[in-house]
Amino acid sequence: MNDHSRHAQASAAVRAVALKNALEERALVPEGYVENFTEIMQNDFDPANGARVVARAWVDPQYRELLLSDGTAACAQFGYTGVQGEYIVALENTPALQNVIVCTLCSCTAWPVLGLPPDWYKSFEYRSRVVRESRTVLREMGLDLPDEVEIRVWDTSAETRYMVLPFRPSGTEDWTEEQLAALVTKDVLIGIARPGSPSHQPRVKQ
Amino acid sequence: MDGIHDLGGVQGFGRVQHSANSLSYKPVFHEDWEHLGYSLLFLGAGELGLFNVDELRHAIERMEPRQYLVSSYYDRIIVGVASLFVEKGAITRQRLEELAAGAYPLALPLGPGRAANPPAIPFQRGERVRVRDEYVDGHVRMPGYVRGKYGVVVHRTTHEWPFPDTVGHGLPSASEPTYHVLFTTHELWGDAADTGTVVVDLFGSYLLKA
Repeated sequence: MNDHSRHAQASAAVRAVALKNALEERALVPEGYVENFTEIMQNDFDPANGARVVARAWVDPQYRELLLSDGTAACAQFGYTGVQGEYIVALENTPALQNVIVCTLCSCTAWPVLGLPPDWYKSFEYRSRVVRESRTVLREMGLDLPDEVEIRVWDTSAETRYMVLPFRPSGTEDWTEEQLAALVTKDVLIGIARPGSPSHQPRVKQ
Repeated sequence: MDGIHDLGGVQGFGRVQHSANSLSYKPVFHEDWEHLGYSLLFLGAGELGLFNVDELRHAIERMEPRQYLVSSYYDRIIVGVASLFVEKGAITRQRLEELAAGAYPLALPLGPGRAANPPAIPFQRGERVRVRDEYVDGHVRMPGYVRGKYGVVVHRTTHEWPFPDTVGHGLPSASEPTYHVLFTTHELWGDAADTGTVVVDLFGSYLLKA
């Protein structure tokens, strides 16, 4: 690899802390910067934000129209803006179309509305396979769609950040926005699940 | 860069280790150092203005391939961010190795990058386009699986951004819109794929009128 490889490589945890310490020695880390940004990542970026956007779009046709024509503005109405969420496009599902999001080259995700991407989304398995074998991958994760449903995978390869707008399940006509939002999980926003069809167990045997 | 990171369509990987809705969003970080990847990235890219996020993506792509494959996601971010702070002269690799008391592998050296070549007339929604059949040594946001392939524009962005092949090398670049281009899986992989469609978000510099 290189002439440093004869030394044992320090663990990831040790190298990460060494990087922070090296920057602090050069007085490059403002007081509280890391703590503040970590707080935003852990608490402000949350899939509950995307769920509120979806619920509003389900009950308010004007808002739905805005979300589909200018997702960034629609999300900004709730204050959901910030890094990795500067140009948001909502992808409308229909009973005949399921949209699914991936970033095959790294991990790009609409942080402010979906939260940071989970480990499985960043895995080599998901990145390599979902573009080419979407139906199989979704089935393995618990969403078994009939052949009539088109699966459209969106590879997040530039600055657009996507969120899926699922269709509203029947039988929810008199539900409140809060009740509706509870149907919309992080996996629904990524597109590997549909709202109201709990699939906690994979349907394909391991 | 035709590196190991360009995973779309690569065969041989197993099941995604996840069942829909089986995970809670919290905790966001599973180990107490993982938050340092992104927070030190944005320290360098935002607060200090030493580099940009495209350069970070490319630094990770420049990791030695075997190291890329065996490192965890947040470890790759740490390696990429550390590489950029060293390359920009803010810290030294020697100091990192002293503090870590061990080897501290960094990204392999940076190549030259290239200029944008956007279409003279912007593409329209519904227009058929072909991805340029070209090979790029440096950073590029065109996954290899669409190279030379035909698709249809379904959206042109209303915002513009600098060209990744340029800014990813720390060079200034004019901005251009991107295009959401729809491909069939049959166009991309023939019969060796599930039936479906894939949309890739491509800079106009990667596209030709079909």
